[in-house]
Amino acid sequence: MSALTDDTLPVTPRAMRDEMVAFALMAVLLAVVPLTGIYPFFVMQALCFALLACAFNLLVGYGGLLSFGHAMFLGTAGYVSAHALKVWALPPELGIIIGTAASFGLAIITGYVSIRRQGIYFSMITLALSQLLYFIYLQAPFTHGEDGIQGIPQGHLFGLFDLSKPTVLYYVVLAGFLGGFLLIYRTINSPFGEVLKSIRENEPRAISLGYKTDQYKLLAFILSGTLAGFAGSLKVFVAQNASLTDVHWSMSGEIVLMTLVGGLGTIFGPVVGAFIIIAMQQYLAGYGQWVTVIQGVIFVACVLTFRRGIIGELARLLRRSL
Amino acid sequence: MQALYAQLLVGLINGSFYALLSLGLAVIFGMLNIINFAHGALYMMGAFCAYFLLNIAGINYWWALIIAPIVVGIFGMILERTMLQWLSGLDHVYGLLLTFGIALIIQGVFQNYFGSSGLPYQIPDALRGGMNLGFMFLPVYRGWVVVFSLVICVATWFLIEKTQLGAYLRAATENPTLVRAFGINVPRMITLTYGLGVGLAALAGVLSAPINQVRPLMGADLIIVVFAVVVIGGMGSIMGSVITGFALGVIEGLTKYFYPEASNTVVFVLMVLVLLVKPTGLTGRAA
Repeated sequence: MSALTDDTLPVTPRAMRDEMVAFALMAVLLAVVPLTGIYPFFVMQALCFALLACAFNLLVGYGGLLSFGHAMFLGTAGYVSAHALKVWALPPELGIIIGTAASFGLAIITGYVSIRRQGIYFSMITLALSQLLYFIYLQAPFTHGEDGIQGIPQGHLFGLFDLSKPTVLYYVVLAGFLGGFLLIYRTINSPFGEVLKSIRENEPRAISLGYKTDQYKLLAFILSGTLAGFAGSLKVFVAQNASLTDVHWSMSGEIVLMTLVGGLGTIFGPVVGAFIIIAMQQYLAGYGQWVTVIQGVIFVACVLTFRRGIIGELARLLRRSL
Repeated sequence: MQALYAQLLVGLINGSFYALLSLGLAVIFGMLNIINFAHGALYMMGAFCAYFLLNIAGINYWWALIIAPIVVGIFGMILERTMLQWLSGLDHVYGLLLTFGIALIIQGVFQNYFGSSGLPYQIPDALRGGMNLGFMFLPVYRGWVVVFSLVICVATWFLIEKTQLGAYLRAATENPTLVRAFGINVPRMITLTYGLGVGLAALAGVLSAPINQVRPLMGADLIIVVFAVVVIGGMGSIMGSVITGFALGVIEGLTKYFYPEASNTVVFVLMVLVLLVKPTGLTGRAA
């Protein structure tokens, strides 16, 4: 069985430098967005999904575990944050913390159950678990079923930053995204990340070397789920609603698609993929279900011809680590 | 008690669909090492095929039971020849992603032309009405679905476990290279196997058309439940997936009677419990 992401370059000082340059470039580009007149809500939404896709990528690209249910973290954190902000009238920072904590708890439970099987069984289990949560949220009173939680107050972060101003909100979301991104980057290049990659490449060998692989996989799952939840909490401030679409299996599919388009197991791939897929949805919004068909075609095209994704191919072309 | 029996019957019917679909998934997984995410979409295509046959060509239900699985099966074989075969040797995950994409395309196209609402399909004349069994009223069509599905499941089991062709198939699952060395055309067998699995899904679609209306998304949620069934039962044995399918349908039916709020979720909850107690699934083979 060939691994999900082959020909990964070894971590060298040069690779680190390339990645740092690319990161600085990305941060500067994103920081000047409000000055360019690009619709900020589009970029904010894309940033939330980019963080979500990066968190997903941590699990699949480095741990080799394809979760087909990551929407459950997005949706759970979204619902809990929205409820905390609207019903309990908590300040934004507490809303984010509570939402993220909820997905942390969910990740512990679902991770404990789903890492008991490997490969495609893992994918099927995460998908089934997210469907279980979907039905729970459909019936639970606090989510307001099909209507969702709407009109969520944005409030003042730390009592200082007025989040109802688009520019302020933009920089808060950007800070959240960059923070999450750096955390994931640090994790990938830590000793923990190296063990994770070795499990992806050859789990029996990692076990025979004395690593308790289940603990590593569970920790990666929890980290990934929590960060996905953090992205979901941030998204509440952008979209000002929390609805069932965020927990639906089609959302999980979109997260997979973003990462696949950008490049599984690349550092910047999920970000690029998220921007492409969100932009595509914006421009094709008038075409109804054809968007689903196009997404399907991209899936098929990526798997058959383009398995490294955009950034993966680019990195190979330039012989650099991205 | 009437209501309990009625829900048990509904459970048995859902169980027949779970059994037929998980059987197809198991057969396909055995040969292709692919979890066929498009299974739900192909089930839907079977139902639509029956609908078109009746409303455009005037071909009745009985012919649809034969024609729809063949048409959809051929469609599946084309998918296998043009796309799935290129994935052999790659990580299993790519098969899941590719078939998920195929499912999105098929469902999206049907949604564009038929919306999301259901189209009615008449129960054939011979199967209308019901029988009074003394303790309950049995609609003939529903009884037919359960019996016919059981027959098909047993026939598939017989085909794979007891015939010469099935022996080749099982051998090719274990060691394709060796079987090829004996002069058996394994790639063609793989294509036919995919066609068989897909045909079973289409057959389930035709059976369900008169009960659940014909809808573009009729297979989308169903396939996720079937995945949970597969996780519970494991894909190692044919009989295992059939029995698990029927059993879970019945449990779901009982839940509908005793605690309706949980009827959507009971299969998933059971999956979690099975994973906690016996992570390899009920039939025992680890993946």
